[in-house]
Amino acid sequence: MSQLEVTDLARGFGGVQAVRGVSFTLESGELLALIGPNGAGKSTCFNLLNGQLRPDSGRVRLDGVDLVGRTPRRIWAMGVGRTFQITATFASMTVAENVQTVLLSRARRLFGLWRPASRQFRDEALALLARVGMADQADRPCGVLAYGDLKRVELAMALASDPKILLMDEPTAGMAPAERLELMALTAALVRERGLAVLFTEHDMDVVFGHATRLLVLDRGTIIADGPPDAVRTDRRVQAVYLGDES
Amino acid sequence: MSFLLVQALSGLATAATLFLVSSGLTIVFGVTRIVNFAHGSLCMIGAYLGWSLIERFGGSVGGFWGSVALASLGAGALGAAMEVGLLRRLYRSPELFQLLGTFGVVLVAQDAVAWVWGPEDLMGRRAPGLKGSVDILGQPFPLYDLVLIGLGPLVLGLLWLLFTRTRWGVLVRAATQDRDMASALGVDPARLFTGVLFLGSALAGLGGALQVPREAVNLHMDMAMIVEAFVVVVVGGMGSLTGAFLAALLIGQLQAFGILVFPQITLVLVFLFMAVVLVLRPHGLMGRAEDAPPAAAAAAPVLRLGNRGGWIALALLALLATAPLLVGDYAVIVLTEMVILALFAASLHVLIGLGGLVSFGHAAYFGLGAYGAALLVRHLGAPMPLALAAAPLVAGLGALIAGWFCVRRSGLYFAMLTLAFAQITWSVAFQWSGFTGGDNGLLGIWPSAWASGKAVYYWLTLALCAGALALLRRAAFAPFGYALRAGRDSALRAESVGIDVRRHQWCAFALAGSAAGLAGGLYAFAKGSVFPTLMAVSVSVDALVMILLGGVQTVSGPLAGAALFHLLESQVMRATDLWRLLLGLTIVALVLLFPRGIVGVLSNRRERS
Repeated sequence: MSQLEVTDLARGFGGVQAVRGVSFTLESGELLALIGPNGAGKSTCFNLLNGQLRPDSGRVRLDGVDLVGRTPRRIWAMGVGRTFQITATFASMTVAENVQTVLLSRARRLFGLWRPASRQFRDEALALLARVGMADQADRPCGVLAYGDLKRVELAMALASDPKILLMDEPTAGMAPAERLELMALTAALVRERGLAVLFTEHDMDVVFGHATRLLVLDRGTIIADGPPDAVRTDRRVQAVYLGDES
Repeated sequence: MSFLLVQALSGLATAATLFLVSSGLTIVFGVTRIVNFAHGSLCMIGAYLGWSLIERFGGSVGGFWGSVALASLGAGALGAAMEVGLLRRLYRSPELFQLLGTFGVVLVAQDAVAWVWGPEDLMGRRAPGLKGSVDILGQPFPLYDLVLIGLGPLVLGLLWLLFTRTRWGVLVRAATQDRDMASALGVDPARLFTGVLFLGSALAGLGGALQVPREAVNLHMDMAMIVEAFVVVVVGGMGSLTGAFLAALLIGQLQAFGILVFPQITLVLVFLFMAVVLVLRPHGLMGRAEDAPPAAAAAAPVLRLGNRGGWIALALLALLATAPLLVGDYAVIVLTEMVILALFAASLHVLIGLGGLVSFGHAAYFGLGAYGAALLVRHLGAPMPLALAAAPLVAGLGALIAGWFCVRRSGLYFAMLTLAFAQITWSVAFQWSGFTGGDNGLLGIWPSAWASGKAVYYWLTLALCAGALALLRRAAFAPFGYALRAGRDSALRAESVGIDVRRHQWCAFALAGSAAGLAGGLYAFAKGSVFPTLMAVSVSVDALVMILLGGVQTVSGPLAGAALFHLLESQVMRATDLWRLLLGLTIVALVLLFPRGIVGVLSNRRERS
């Protein structure tokens, strides 16, 4: 069992307070959705959690260990994985090599100068790719994959470090509706299998209410609701501030 | 006191010329995002044109200033022509191609100017009415220099008016901010950019023509000017006029007083200043952070570890090893150099092909290896094997130091920093004549007796280079190479999966540097001498051209490129004096034919099929 504990997180840019007083917890087995209108501070929140940005104040603890002030690399090594809104894979490598590179990184073997990388951790990489349904494309270059397939590769790369916490920034952005539900079903299955804790942002309400075990609603940098989907759905403040935007 | 004042004033006069040339470079960069290597050549052409016109019409005050203005306009027209013929096609190309393309123009201009005006330095006529000097606290100071000092701020003021008070200037600034938006609003960017190139080049030409009464016009002006202008523009912040003015003032003073304190290393001082500024203020004194990183090179295709590659390499090695039994001494010498250059090009490919790091100063490490070996022989009487062993160590150490600075920046700034460090090593070799032999180099660096036969030395070279190449190839396909490619493909993703991109790049820089150093050491003994020209920009560019010829996308490409390049060079150079002109035209043709890079062309084909 792992736990991410966020207390009173705040970060401003010049005069704009992008995130303030954000507190929540995330535990193994949870698929926690972070939603909110554009500019609510979701991306800033993500960047604060994985060390891309340094908070002005507040704490982020993983199983009691403070993450604030550590580099993204270090936080990754401690078990916080991340996927990005805009897919970013290593385009000059094959699908399997992408995953192998992450496995090599985890094993701290990236300064190896002799043994060919493509022959190390190949079986482990293929097993991970099989889990996300990409085993049959393992030897295709990443640069030619369809968008939805890239998202799956990214998921396999994120899993390769065997993270305790996985941060997914708009995991289904740009995908067709059927693909979205498929990818989230896969993510939910992984959460159950591996005891993973996932925090994800999402604009598609079908995805959010269909799969999230809990919801956080962010508005203008603060959390205005935190609870199970049904409770958040009927929350009047959420409806006014967030869902009201669309009507 | 009065001496210091005069020194400061002469620093100001230097700064004025420096600013004129640099302002042109920074304006062109601000709008087109291209670092125009040929800017120095336009300055030189302005000086030569100015010299000819002043010789003919410069007797009267009006004739003199008219000649200067005409020379400036001539350089401007050439710049505009260059925009239409070359730059226009490169705006969306990888930086490597933009830098190489404009460097091709530099080479063409060098031979063309030498052909028209001859190789001798040309002393110009003094400016009529400004021949004398004025007394400043008892010290004489040239009147002409005083005029120059006034000209700097005047031009800055005029440019400021142009860019803030005229419609054209406002449009140019709009295009600088957002090229696509400007063209969406109905501004024709093509005409605007041609105009900007005209303006920038005219400023370069003006700076050149104004030098005629001060110093002899010569064929080295282009590189001297462009390198100094680079420093000014980078220190001031690329694209910033006021920054360029400030930086020109600072560097003018640095040169004026540096020559009093450290006469041996004035050039080093300037580049050290730039390196320090870049580390402290990464975007220069007045520069702003770029919104988006400069356009990345086209995605490289997948590198595959072929099964047959090893056998082909062994067969080629066997063939090369038997060559001395089949061909004469001259061919063996050419082959020796070819093998050395292959290692040099392959070492640069580690940076470019795997790390996406375009170095414009890789010759520094080739030269450091050569000088490291030669200095050991000269000053310590070291035997050849020891000197050869030291070559990669010396170069690797140099690369470790320079690399620490360089990998902190990416894209164009990385290219500029590598260039700066190459110029530092070059100027040490050039200026510290007591130790390095200066311009005369070090002679008599011959192999040990057992390796003095051409064939034996060739075999030694072949063995060492093949070994080093095998190591580089292993590294490329080992996890190290993958980490480098990961950092190039997506630095963000690489960092987020625990890859220390910067450290890998640093190590790659050192690895590439020491491999180039070994090549340099072998080259020193092959030639029996070393010269500062080994570290010149043109040698760095030669290596880039080799890679370009062979293709960036394969590990073996640089080897083929080096062989082809050296073959062409050694054959064409024997046949004609216009080698640089031909090489320059070849480079320009290459970047025009493959504006997105050879890789881009290949992926285009794939998309179509």
